[in-house]
Order: sequence, then C-alpha cells, then structure tokens
Amino acid sequence: MLEIRNLHARIAEDGTEIIRGLNLTVKAGEVAAIMGPNGSGKSTLSYILSGRSDYEVTEGDILYNGESILELDPSERAAKGIFLAFQYPVEIPGVATMQFLKVALNEQRKFRGEAELSTPDFIRRVKEAAAQLQINPDMLKRPLNVGFSGGEKKRAEILQMALLEPKLCILDETDSGLDIDALKIVADGVNALRSPDRAVIVITHYQRLLEYIVPDTVHVLYKGQVIKSGDKSLALDLEANGYADIIDAAA
Amino acid sequence: MNMQTAITMTAAETALVDAYTAQIGELPGEGAVLSARDTLLADLKKQGLPTRRVESWHYTDLRALLRSVPDFDPTSFAEKVDPLVPGSSVLAVLNGKADTKNLPAGVNVRSYAESLIDGVAAADLVERDQDDAIGRINGSFVRDGFEIEVPEGTELEQPLELQLVQSAGQSHSRFPVTFGANSKATVIERHLSVSDAASLVTVVSDLILDDGAEITWIILQQQGASDSHLAQVNFDLGTNAKLRLFIINAGGKLVRQEVHGVTTGEGADFKLRGINLLGGETHTDVTFTLGHDVPNTTSTEILRNVLFDRAKGVFQGQIRVAPDAQKTDAKMACNTLLLSDDADFSAKPELEIFADDVQCGHGATVIDINPTHLYYLRARGIPENKARAMLVNAFVDEIVEELEHEGLIETLETIIAAWLEKHA
Repeated sequence: MLEIRNLHARIAEDGTEIIRGLNLTVKAGEVAAIMGPNGSGKSTLSYILSGRSDYEVTEGDILYNGESILELDPSERAAKGIFLAFQYPVEIPGVATMQFLKVALNEQRKFRGEAELSTPDFIRRVKEAAAQLQINPDMLKRPLNVGFSGGEKKRAEILQMALLEPKLCILDETDSGLDIDALKIVADGVNALRSPDRAVIVITHYQRLLEYIVPDTVHVLYKGQVIKSGDKSLALDLEANGYADIIDAAA
Repeated sequence: MNMQTAITMTAAETALVDAYTAQIGELPGEGAVLSARDTLLADLKKQGLPTRRVESWHYTDLRALLRSVPDFDPTSFAEKVDPLVPGSSVLAVLNGKADTKNLPAGVNVRSYAESLIDGVAAADLVERDQDDAIGRINGSFVRDGFEIEVPEGTELEQPLELQLVQSAGQSHSRFPVTFGANSKATVIERHLSVSDAASLVTVVSDLILDDGAEITWIILQQQGASDSHLAQVNFDLGTNAKLRLFIINAGGKLVRQEVHGVTTGEGADFKLRGINLLGGETHTDVTFTLGHDVPNTTSTEILRNVLFDRAKGVFQGQIRVAPDAQKTDAKMACNTLLLSDDADFSAKPELEIFADDVQCGHGATVIDINPTHLYYLRARGIPENKARAMLVNAFVDEIVEELEHEGLIETLETIIAAWLEKHA
C-alpha cells in the first residue's frame, strides 16, 4: 500500500535536511508502529505523507498503491484515502464542526466521483460515530476544535477518521495528552477501523499505546532513517532498554 | 498665499452646482427649506468637496475620488424587489422617490417629500460641522425618503425594510426615525442597484431612541460597481436605550458610510458591527464618532474587513468620553484580512477621554489567511479554493452569528458567501 524509497526531505524555509534516505514499506491490512527519539523525523514524515508544503522532497519517492504521490496536493492525497490524525489538531474559530465534516466528506466523495451524502444520512453517520467514541453531541455544535480539551481534540480526530474512512491512517502521537480512559476509547476507535484493505501507521514515543493498538511491525526512526525494523517485541525491547543500543549498532 | 482665492472647480463640483441650478425648481419645499438648501449649496460651492487636508477626510480625498457625477435621470425606472426577510414591511425609495402605496400599519409613516413641502424638514437641513460634505450634498438635493415614528411600547414582530433601489442618475434621501420609549424593532436599510449605469446615492438617517428602546438597524449596501454612495447615520440614545448598528458594505465604487452618535441617557448601550467586503478597484470608508456624554454608558465596535484585488478600505473610529461620563465602557476592534498585495486598509482609532474612571480600549490587526488552518482543511480533502473561502467566511461569520434572527442570519450568510465566491 505504501512504499517509501530512499526519501530525502528538508524544511522548505531554511533547507535543514530532516529525512535522510528513509525506506519503509507498509502493506494493506498492516499496523506499523514508528518509534524513535525526539527529533528523529517522525512528525516530519507524517507531514510529508500528507503533503504539507513546509517540507520539500529532494530525492526518492513515495508510492501509494504503486503511484507516486509527490505531485499531489494535500486535498488530493486525502481524497485518495490518506489521513493524518494530527498531534496538535488545529482550532479554527468561525468554522462550525458539522459544516466542516460535511464539506470534507462531500468534497472527498466528489473527487472520487461519488454522489454527495444527503443531510439526514450525514447526520446519522456522525451521530453513530460520535456515540462510539463517547463524544458529547454538544461538542459538535462548537467551532472546529475551539475550546476542546486535549482529549476531546484527539477524539475528534478519530471521529473524522471514522467518517472519512481512509485507506492509509497515520496517527501522529495520538496518545500524547490522553489519560488512560481516553486512550482506551481512542484505541478502540482505531481498532474498529482495522481491516484487510486498510493500513495504519502509529507514530508514538511510548509502548503504552501499542498495548491497545497492537502493531504487526515496529520501525525505529533515527536521524531521518529507519535504522531497525522488527515485530511488536521490538517495541517492548525499546521500552526496557531505550534507543542507545540500537543507535550504536546502526552507527 | 491668499486663502480667499477661489479654487478651480472639479468636474464633479461643477456638475453638482449645475445640477442644483437645473433641479431647484423641481425639488420639494419652499421658504425655510429652500433657503436651507441655498445655504448648503453656497457652502459646497465655497469650500468645494473635502480633500485630504481636511482631517476627517484624510484617507478619503473626496475631491480627487469623486471624478464625475451622473445627471439626474427622471426617466430611469426602478421597481420594488422582495424583502430580504419574508414577511417584512417594506418602505421603498425607487430612484430617489418614496413609494407611498401600502404603507405599513403599526408605525407612523409619511414621505419625507411631505415634510419638505410643509417646511418641517427645514430644521434637518443643517450641517453637522464644517466638514459635513455628506450633509451638505444631501441637504441641498434631498427629494424624498420617509419620516418614521415607532410609537412608545411598540414591538415590531417583523423587520421593517427601507429599500432603496437605484437604476441610474442621482438620489438623495432622508430618514428621520423616532423610536418611542421601550419600543423594539429591526430595521433593514438596504441599498440596491439594478443596472450597470453609474449612480450617486446619498442618504442621511437621523435616529432618536427614546428611553428603553431596543433597536437593531442593519445597513446592507450592495450598489453597483460604478456607483458612489455617501451615507450618514446619526443617532441619539436615551436612558437604557440599546442600538445595534450592523453595516455590510458589499458594493459600490466609492463609498463613505459615516456613523455619528451620542449617548444622552445613562445605561445606554451601542454596538457597531461592520463587515466590509472589498474588491476590484474600489474605495470604501467607514467613519465613526461616538460621544459618551453621560455616565454609565457602554459601547463596543467590531469591524471585519476582507480585501481583494486593488481595493482600498478605511476605518476611522473616534470615541469621546465627556468629563463627567464616569464608568464608560468602550471597546473598539478593527480586524482586516488582506488577500491581495495591491489592496490597502487604513485604520485610525482615536480615544479622547476626559473622565478618569472609565474602561476604554481599541485594537487593529491586519492578517492573512492562517496557513496552518488552510493546511488542516486541505489535509481533510477540501480543495484549496474551497478551504480559503471557508476561512474567509469564518472570519466575517463570527459577527453575523451575533444577530439573533435565524432567517436574517441565513440570508446575510448567503449574500456574503455569494460575494466571496465571485471575488475569491
């Protein structure tokens, strides 16, 4: 589903290279965890996959279902099924949450040549998904993410993901700022989306989230490269021993 | 330099003076009204249109900007349109002529032409001050409008729409409106253009809110791309009177909307909300002065401006607090979204405070669309143009949402969205 080949990327503004020859393959149905110390390029990788223009790809390629996505803008990537759950969801005053959800859903459908959802259909879907994530319907009446607590914002991200039904889900530190109950709810929401034709990339610092969203593969990112890959036991190993040994071995 | 040297009149000044000579025989009113008109015109002739050297016109050099004045066009035709909010009572002024058929019940109304003819209007036809070019032009040429009284204790269930429809030529209207004690009403002053021909429209509304009146006055200005629009609202707020003045500018080539008010009763509250949607090669000026003349009065002013193309916008806001007007609370904000490098907005907030126990503040910001907001919307599959339109809409919609009337909110949102779609 996703194949990243020898990717090099830098910050557009000042040219700082963050991703330095990264290779990664994620198959349909797979849950891949990406771990790594601060500053290793984890969040940058998620932004690059979503098409954020603050970063420039200088070498290599990103293939999604066999096609390069480097020339696609963020909305096209989203409509093709790539979804990034943000580490810091953005508050947008004046944009009603429901209106935002409806426009996003229907613009994606339009892009894929599908019919727009009727309003009753749309509302029913939102209500069902919100109930599953224990989201208070009053929250949806507020402007997008405005005044949401940290946990509410993360749940709102998963709500968007559930509604948009992407094929490649990228969760950027979705566990940060969540208490254990909220973490379980969010993990349940993600697990509900696991399916043979969907891949999930979980970016996290901690093993804790991976107890609830159990990964098929674990990849360690360091200085913009994947320096070690393994199965879920690698995450336990990191939790127990830290990154130093792996980094030393890769050097 | 001899200050008495007569200035060379511009084409617009000449056209105004000539129009007066041509029109005066037909303008309603004699005696005191006629002599008031003569005085105003003589002042206009003597002083000319204001230039940037006149402080209150510094950012809108009317003499340079008003390049020409269309002739009166008595043959042009305009007709009434459906009201903005279904069920509203409509008072129409069509090409400057009040339509006196089917006047609404519940309020006392007569055409301003009647007031000019019987001479009552003579007292209105004076300049606010030396720099009152709008009062001068309007007073010289005023032909019609409506004199309105909302009786004490009356609550108007449906909005009252003052509908000014212009197709060509000139129109000069006045609306002296008295809101009786404890009356409640929503009035929509709506300016429409139904042709591409250039028009000059001037309008002066004088609002008196008696004690406890609660009024929402909405000005929706949608004139044509070649039109000049010079407007003035004057208001006086009695004890515990509340006025919400909501201005949307979404049209016109040269627009000056003045708002001048005083609070004369304790407990009075004034709210100004303004949305300026500016595009093309246009010039739009909102100039506001408010005197907090007595203790314990409040006001807030929020302007949201969106500029495209080569549009120029101006906001001048002056709040004066009289020496004994203690406990005044006044806050003014002017926020501008500049969407073109060639657009320009000038904001000039002024506070003149002569009392010592008051809360007054002002702020002005100029911003671009927040790139993080834009990226977030795009990352959810919303194409860039649509995402931008949503964010611009959000910027002004926060203000529209303050109106409590659902139907009105929806109608205004539709108008704003259509404007943005056309200009983005």
